Amino acid sequence: MIRLEKRPTPSRFWQAATPIVAVVLTMFAGGAMFGLLGKNPVEVIRTIFWDPLFGEFAWYLRGQLLVKAGPLILIAVGLALGFRAGIWNIGAEGQYIMGAIFGASVGLAAFPTDNRLIYPAMVIAGAFGGWAWAMIPAILKTRFNTNEILVSLMLVYVAEKILSKAALGFLRNPEGAGFPGSRNFASYPAASNPELIAGTGMHWGVVAAFIVVIFAYVLLQKHLLGFQIKLAGQAPRAARFHGVNPARLVVLCLGLSGALAGLAGIFEVTGPAGQISLDFNVGYGFTAIIVAFLGRLNPLGILLAGLLMALTYIGGEMASTNLGLPSAAIQAFQGMLLFFLLAVDVLANFRVRVFAPTKQGVS
Amino acid sequence: MTQPTGPVLLTVEGLTKAYPGVIANSDVSFAIRTGEIHALLGENGAGKSTLVKMIYGLVKPDSGRMTWRGAAYAPAKPRAARASGVAMVFQHFSLFEALDVAENVALGMEHPPAMGELAARIRSVSQAYGLPLDPTRRVGDLSAGERQRVEIIRCLLQGPKLLIMDEPTSVLTPQEVDILFRTLRQLAAEGTSILYISHKLEEIRTLCDSATILRRGRVVASCTPRDSTARAMAELMVGAALSPPERSQRRNWGEAKAALQVANLNVTSPIEFGTSLRDVSFAVERGEILGIAGVAGNGQDELLLALSGEVKSHAGMVWAAGIDVSRLGPKGRRAAGFACAPEDRLGHAAAPDMTLVENAFLTGAVRKNLVRRGFINWAATRAFADQVIADYDVRTPGNHVAARALSGGNLQKFVIGRELLQTPDVIVINQPTWGVDAAAAAAIRQAILNRASAGAAVVVISQDLDELLEISDNFAVLNGGRMTTPQPVQGLTMEQIGMMMGGAHGMETAQ
Repeated sequence: MIRLEKRPTPSRFWQAATPIVAVVLTMFAGGAMFGLLGKNPVEVIRTIFWDPLFGEFAWYLRGQLLVKAGPLILIAVGLALGFRAGIWNIGAEGQYIMGAIFGASVGLAAFPTDNRLIYPAMVIAGAFGGWAWAMIPAILKTRFNTNEILVSLMLVYVAEKILSKAALGFLRNPEGAGFPGSRNFASYPAASNPELIAGTGMHWGVVAAFIVVIFAYVLLQKHLLGFQIKLAGQAPRAARFHGVNPARLVVLCLGLSGALAGLAGIFEVTGPAGQISLDFNVGYGFTAIIVAFLGRLNPLGILLAGLLMALTYIGGEMASTNLGLPSAAIQAFQGMLLFFLLAVDVLANFRVRVFAPTKQGVS
Repeated sequence: MTQPTGPVLLTVEGLTKAYPGVIANSDVSFAIRTGEIHALLGENGAGKSTLVKMIYGLVKPDSGRMTWRGAAYAPAKPRAARASGVAMVFQHFSLFEALDVAENVALGMEHPPAMGELAARIRSVSQAYGLPLDPTRRVGDLSAGERQRVEIIRCLLQGPKLLIMDEPTSVLTPQEVDILFRTLRQLAAEGTSILYISHKLEEIRTLCDSATILRRGRVVASCTPRDSTARAMAELMVGAALSPPERSQRRNWGEAKAALQVANLNVTSPIEFGTSLRDVSFAVERGEILGIAGVAGNGQDELLLALSGEVKSHAGMVWAAGIDVSRLGPKGRRAAGFACAPEDRLGHAAAPDMTLVENAFLTGAVRKNLVRRGFINWAATRAFADQVIADYDVRTPGNHVAARALSGGNLQKFVIGRELLQTPDVIVINQPTWGVDAAAAAAIRQAILNRASAGAAVVVISQDLDELLEISDNFAVLNGGRMTTPQPVQGLTMEQIGMMMGGAHGMETAQ
């Protein structure tokens, strides 16, 4: 028989080891799945995890790694701060879209002026857009005690509708021959977010992600607000006893995660995506939730988790084009990663005991 | 009363149960006769609960055996124990507050009869055993004593041979205790055996026929309580001689304004099924200890919240040395000289998964100046935590340990030490020694007395009357959210106290 016993204090070893164990288990289970699909498991795993870093096209794909990881990390760090406080912003995707629309609107309004202040203004507008969109669930929660999970999630769909309206209507490129989508920012240097060092994929969004990781780390370790965030999440009554104002914390955490998602949106739309289009968003806001948990809600962990998740994206894409794997199999593979992480997580708080069933007392 | 000489009902032989890191019971043996009231005596953590859980089928022993009327007895589940005739009234009630009495009783039965019939049976049992209870009342409206009656009647409807009672009097007024004891004696006279768990020695001396004393999971003695003294039993239970707390002469500080004044405090309870405070007024001088008694759920938690600042009141209701602090939150109150210790240690007074250093910061931040420009001074916080650990003899491997890894008594010493070391002017403590072993409780009471001698105004809210009478200067009772006028402890009789506590909640004992 196997029994789980709660540890008196969480095991530090397992807290650090679970992500690695989860990745290894995912490789085995995923390999089995790929094998059942009639592919060579070793080749698929190598295509996903090895080739993007060291394969034939690594010179290009390594850059893509940062391009994909940047927004994931930026959003996930913001979400993690809220999650730590027990505030569940599930609508980062919507805040990401609204940030992109707000920021892009500022840039497009200035077209074709050339001024060094245009891009900073767009970035600020992007952060504001995400923040404002997150304020809706925040205010509804603090005023009317609504559930922020539902409200923020539903607002994603509203944001998607506004995005279609923007791409087809108010932000459409007047010189675009009626095609949906805004002007391309690549052809408007004052408002674009180019690669800073050619071939690295490094753009301002990636720089912002690294800075945010450092700030969030310091915030959680050293700052009063970080302490209050952790306290509110772990022991809400103790937090009130300490003097945390729960409503203020809700507004702060949702606002911060919304602003960071908005930032990711504006960096993406002016950089890798290039324009506001019907589907420029590719679900970074949702994937960031996985990244936040994969990184154990710890900023440094999220940095690594974001890179890992980006790797499975890029490798997965390669596997589906080169080896003909269905994209659903890749998604299932990514799902396994979260599944195993949460499953192995139990070991940090519990100890597994194996014992022989006793004969006495079994009736 | 004579010693029961009926046949042996239950024997326990060599029961042993170990949990990771602790042996809860080691080679425990004793026997209960039919119609006997048998006390199980021991401090918190002595292994009483584990032992009765094994008898009740909740926990399986690692080794040892039990016999029931001479036959082997090894209940795998509480249901099996109940089928044999064992019933148990737990210390913490398992009742649904939104349901009425009869519905609650029905939920605990395997084959409940129709509601009308059940209500009739509840009435007849409550009449027969002098436990007045109306089956149609909502449990949320009942006092703690009445809730306990629901649990007892639920057990009695099963016609038990052995009734286990876990710390039954901790929530009762003196009059309710009398009613309970009368019921228990009647049950014993009719042949029901009672296993009575407690650490209250005088109660055991008046009620029980025999006693088994546990210390650290072992049986250290068995005795006839009537022939023993409370002091002798206490020393067996603790394993050391106990000294009563000492207090230096109270001095007159000659302040014009009371250190803490509460004027017509009205607070709506933020807790579901809580008790709102109504027109609570009192004043505490420097150097004075005000003891507030009352059964849990009568506004104690609300009073602490209203004084700690977690619940703000209207302006003019709470004053500290002449300054209105009613609109200040916890941080503002601390800055004004307050230190509070809520009843619930894990989750309220301390964050369970945080280290002792982080928990020291939890309330120490303001008065110990642990924050500079928004950044936490962890070095100073560690020093503060270490000071609490050293000064208050907190047994822990270090300051990096999570609060939940500490035993109840050690964590309480940490919480009390953390508050008292902030040199507060006003101290409010709810249940200072709840679930704390005798040695730690004595240390905590002494620390409170010392702070009062140093000039702090102290409010102690407790269910333990003996504790309040031992340390308080003035005494009041919270009942249904209202507080009696504080009276000097000197010269109060138990009867007066009982009347202040609301008597037996308006119930006549059925004779």
